[in-house]
Amino acid sequence: MSAIIKAEHLSFAYPGDGDTPAVPVLHDVSFEIEEGSFVAVLGHNGCGKSTLAKLLCMILEPDEGILYINGKDMTSEDITDEDIYDARRRVGMVFQNPDNQLVATIVEEDVAFGCENLGIPSEKIRKRVDEALDTVGMRKYARHATHRLSGGQKQRIAIAGVLAMRRKCIIFDESTAMLDPGGRKEVMDTICRLNREEGITVIHITHYMNEATLADRVIVMNDGRIIMDGTPGQVFSCADKLWEAGLDVPQTTELLWRMKEAGYNVRLDIFDPEECASEIAKAIAEKR
Amino acid sequence: MRSDIVFGQYCEGSSFLHKLDPRWKIIFVFSYIVGLFLAKNIFAFALMTLSIILLWVLSGIRAKILIKGLRPLLFIIAFTAIINIFWFKGETPLLPDSWFFQIYLEGIINALLIVLRVAVLVTGTSILLTYTTTPIALTDGIEQLLAPLAKIKVPVHEFSMMMTIALRFIPTLIEETDKIMSAQKARGSDFSQGSLARRAKALVPVLVPLFISAFRRAEDLATAMECRCYTGGAGRTRMNVLHSTWRDAVMLVAIAAFIAGIVLLNIFAPGYVFAM
Ligand SMILES: Nc1ncnc2c1ncn2[C@@H]1O[C@H](COP(=O)(O)OP(=O)(O)O)[C@@H](O)[C@H]1O
Ligand SMILES: [Mg+2]
Repeated sequence: MSAIIKAEHLSFAYPGDGDTPAVPVLHDVSFEIEEGSFVAVLGHNGCGKSTLAKLLCMILEPDEGILYINGKDMTSEDITDEDIYDARRRVGMVFQNPDNQLVATIVEEDVAFGCENLGIPSEKIRKRVDEALDTVGMRKYARHATHRLSGGQKQRIAIAGVLAMRRKCIIFDESTAMLDPGGRKEVMDTICRLNREEGITVIHITHYMNEATLADRVIVMNDGRIIMDGTPGQVFSCADKLWEAGLDVPQTTELLWRMKEAGYNVRLDIFDPEECASEIAKAIAEKR
Repeated sequence: MRSDIVFGQYCEGSSFLHKLDPRWKIIFVFSYIVGLFLAKNIFAFALMTLSIILLWVLSGIRAKILIKGLRPLLFIIAFTAIINIFWFKGETPLLPDSWFFQIYLEGIINALLIVLRVAVLVTGTSILLTYTTTPIALTDGIEQLLAPLAKIKVPVHEFSMMMTIALRFIPTLIEETDKIMSAQKARGSDFSQGSLARRAKALVPVLVPLFISAFRRAEDLATAMECRCYTGGAGRTRMNVLHSTWRDAVMLVAIAAFIAGIVLLNIFAPGYVFAM
């Protein structure tokens, strides 16, 4: 497997103008994203997650460091507009506010928007749009008005728009943050299915720890730096470090952590409530 | 309810008129209006009446909706009718000479014809455009009709994109206005009482957050569009290409026949000549 995204020592600051000073946001960020993987990114508000996502989508340019997309150096001098569009064609993004990313009034026209921009012939767009709507389970809403849909449905339409462009990698920037629990589950189920069944690379920025436990890998950021990087089990086992960075841990981890502090011999990398219960039962029996 | 602006007054359906190409529809409406204004005598007006009945049948829209559409015009229609009845000097007086005012038969006919023309004009254009065409189809139609103007640097695509985005965001902004107004009401704001100046002042705390959020939305949307490879109109294709069908040809012939009929009746049919 190859890396679809590779970042080496990225730094970025929002330029200040006149009397406002520049805002340094990212400092020396390095990581690699394997094709087909599911990576969750955690970090408190304002730590630079969205900024990082925008760098990966080529909306912003890093001040320092090298960014490879599909093995191509996107920060080199002789990069053309064509290369940038080509990279955007590989990496798509779904944003936080479902209302602010849909362009058209009718569902299928919004899904088609990206393909239309790429200049794909009409019949091919039609086919791609129908497929994408099928994939997110929204085919029967094709002719509906976008503003009448629920938040979860809007996000699935946004996902369909990214899929119709045949992108291999999707970045979700807190795409579940504004949804109710039902909508969040809808979207998470879709994301997981895309990753498992369609082999789409997923980078999921989130504040919900139970969503992070679904990923293959968790990256934790704090003040523009990556402070932890590993499997959910490895990362959440260091609950103290996460608390220090102003983050939560999954409820099961917290419970097991407390058990451990109280002197029980338990594993910390368990996220399933049933498994967690049996682990605790075992530990209690052992202690007796 | 109010956020139904996306569909405007569009009535869902699959009638003959619903299936017409929006580009042609725009042309048809203009031609139809020209035809209506050409009508000069009673026979031409009869043809006009026939045409509106035909349009109504072809559209499959309930008569109730059409009549409702005329209601806002009731005052203007009545006003014009009354003016015409009392001011028109004809040849056939209807009242005894001793009365201090006079009404002529021609005045009454004239008033009736004016009312008929206004009613047909409004109903006909609504049937052809607003009731059977979605605003989005209309925008597409206008964009493609005006496409040749892009060659002389008229930003046709940009205007149509603005129109599309406006249609997309108006319901969102209306919803947001409702939310902010409720929030301000909960804090004791009163939008329905006091002098005009006072009420206008009460709106300021609604408009300011609305504008701020609209700018934030615009910025988000711009980023999202950039992410989806939007680079303007050049090199863009469309999924829904507009197609002209046999229906448009039939309608074209019908409209041409209508205008020809009106002109011929004006010239050859004897009878009362409408004055206006
Ligand atoms: N357009 C901008 N101009 C200046 N500063 C910005 C801009 N966008 C974000 N910032 C600042 O950059 C920091 C990181 O923001 P962001 O990447 O949105 O964080 P996160 O998504 O992790 O909450 C914040 O301190 C924020 O104030
Ligand atoms: Mg953010």
